[in-house]
Amino acid sequence: MTEKIKIKSKNVNVYYGQKKALDKINLEIPTNKVTALIGPSGCGKSTFLRCINRMNDTIDICRIEGKIIVDEEDIYSTEVDPVLLRAKIGMVFQKPNPFPKSIFDNVAYGPKIHGIVNSDDELEELVIYSLKKAGLFGEVKDRLNDTGTSLSGGQQQRLCIARAIAISPQIILMDEPCSALDPIATAIIEELIDELAKNFTIVIVTHSMQQAARVSQQTAFFHMGSLIEVGHTDQIFSTPSQKKTQDYITGKIG
Amino acid sequence: MNNLKKIEYSLKKRKRQESRFKIYGLLGIATAVTFLCIILSSIVMEGKKAFLSTYIKLEVYFDPDIIYTNNDQKEEDIKFANFQKIIKNSLNSFFPEISDKDELRKLSNFISSSEEENLMKLVLKNKQLVGQKITLWLLASSKIDVINKNPDMELIAEEDRLISDLELNWLNEIRSANNIKSNFNKNFFVKADSTEPEQAGIWGSLVGSFFTLFITLILSFPIAVAAGVFLEELAPKNKFTDFIEVNINNLAAVPSIIFGLLGLAIFLNVMHLPRSAPIVGGMVLALMTLPTIIIATRASLKAVPPSIREAAIGLGATKFQTVTHHVLPLSLPGILTGTIIGMSQALGESAPLLMIGMVAFIVDVPGSFLDSSTVLPVQIYLWKSTAARGFVELTAAGVMVLLSFLILMNGIAVFIRQKFEKKW
Ligand SMILES: Nc1ncnc2c1ncn2[C@@H]1O[C@H](COP(=O)(O)OP(=O)(O)OP(=O)(O)O)[C@@H](O)[C@H]1O
Ligand SMILES: [Mg+2]
Repeated sequence: MTEKIKIKSKNVNVYYGQKKALDKINLEIPTNKVTALIGPSGCGKSTFLRCINRMNDTIDICRIEGKIIVDEEDIYSTEVDPVLLRAKIGMVFQKPNPFPKSIFDNVAYGPKIHGIVNSDDELEELVIYSLKKAGLFGEVKDRLNDTGTSLSGGQQQRLCIARAIAISPQIILMDEPCSALDPIATAIIEELIDELAKNFTIVIVTHSMQQAARVSQQTAFFHMGSLIEVGHTDQIFSTPSQKKTQDYITGKIG
Repeated sequence: MNNLKKIEYSLKKRKRQESRFKIYGLLGIATAVTFLCIILSSIVMEGKKAFLSTYIKLEVYFDPDIIYTNNDQKEEDIKFANFQKIIKNSLNSFFPEISDKDELRKLSNFISSSEEENLMKLVLKNKQLVGQKITLWLLASSKIDVINKNPDMELIAEEDRLISDLELNWLNEIRSANNIKSNFNKNFFVKADSTEPEQAGIWGSLVGSFFTLFITLILSFPIAVAAGVFLEELAPKNKFTDFIEVNINNLAAVPSIIFGLLGLAIFLNVMHLPRSAPIVGGMVLALMTLPTIIIATRASLKAVPPSIREAAIGLGATKFQTVTHHVLPLSLPGILTGTIIGMSQALGESAPLLMIGMVAFIVDVPGSFLDSSTVLPVQIYLWKSTAARGFVELTAAGVMVLLSFLILMNGIAVFIRQKFEKKW
């Protein structure tokens, strides 16, 4: 691959207490592309994703070995502040989790705590820009003061995306962002991911082979804590080199 | 088909079980409600009498010869004048046939001794009254009050009755002249304790309770919330914090009198804070309330779904920001509910306060956190243990006041929970 590499993991092992959840993961994620992580339940996709923004730090029993390099910097070195790192790497969760505050405040929260904006006008502009980017503005422009939890599931998920992009991260991690949504809401989000990929590096965990095929340029297949195969999405789905990958995408395991 | 038969058979059994269980439950509730009703109604039946007191109408003659003993008509004279004599004379003019000294003394006991001071104040305000004869309703003494409110007590044999046959005859004469009435008992709501039931009030102990609870609240709420947040959100999980956690839970089960002993040993004997003062009572009750609020704080912090924390942390909020911006505001209704429940426990608490001397007989309404005072439950205890018959009704009325405050506080707690608790 000739693309610029945004994230590079080197021999990453992850343990939950005594249990090894990830084994020697070596994976390169290209800049401004969508990378899909697929694999059967419990294979460690979420675990890997959460390593990239050090979300796993919040789990006491979780221990990580190896290196994850983002923009030439090992994010697990002692100089890196995880709080700063998470400002650079946004995350969208499986279940939409807006704050029980107004739609406006949901999006404004990140910029506020990071001191990104200097005035209320600037903040409002940023909120509207982010909502537009997330394809939600048209639906909520008259009710920015309603609580975020009053939106539908799909709208909530787009609100969470707007909230993540408001602090202009470089990377967006998405952990099964559509698993709680119906097909129409899913289609809207998938379109959005296509759009976002122009400016952001996106890593998405998905259980849907079709979704991976539709939205991603690169696909990585995990199985029982190991990375089995990674490559161009077209190639993985047409001519996988590993038997396990073949079995998984044809529905024989998983 | 066989299986279906079996299921059908067992279903009958299960349904019977369920209905039997329902009956047990209903029986339990019915018993509880019955006892509650009995207790409440007996308290209300007795206590409601205390909200009325008896007044007797008299023609009061402000005799200048009694008031101005020195002929120079100074205010000093009025202050030291013998108003007891004026009342006695007024009664005597209603019963002119009585001349025996002993009987006259008994007769003057019909009127509460507090009226002497009231008449004095009346004259001080309006000196024109001297030499005049006016009609006044004077507060009856407690024994007349009790007899008047409980007509069945007149039927008791004389030696067991509060007043003699002679006094009862006088009372009946006053009645037949329509010179007696029952009116709202203002004393009960504005006065502190007294040796005379008709002059005793709940206000002193209510203010004492208020001062005490105020100290309890401002000490325990911030400390407990800070401790709860620290333990739940920020503290590392290790043996030491486990140990603290176990001990906080144990502390919640410590009998309250132990906290009183602690207060006696430390606040009074070591720190030499004033005895019987709300500040010390508040500190003791704060110790007692701390574990309750800490446990409530931790429980409501735990109830905030992890997804909210993840959202905030994922956006780059620090742990502290996550807690103060999101978790704490969301758990505040639960914390407040726990606090109010802790406060109403403290309001009903008497044992630890006995240890630090808040059980004294105090006739003045406390004016500050350092004044000697008592609290509602202790006042009730004091009245209950006083012999005079008039205190029986006051005790019940005191219980009613205490219960009203408890119901009010718990009502607020329920309201907060209903209104502000977020549903997920
Ligand atoms: N907080 C945790 N504590 C202990 N073990 C965990 C924890 N989170 C995940 N695991 C374990 O790590 C392994 C990988 O879990 P992970 O959540 O990464 O799987 P996944 O691929 O995302 O699965 P799914 O598709 O079902 O979400 C699993 O065996 C899981 O039991
Ligand atoms: Mg997962």
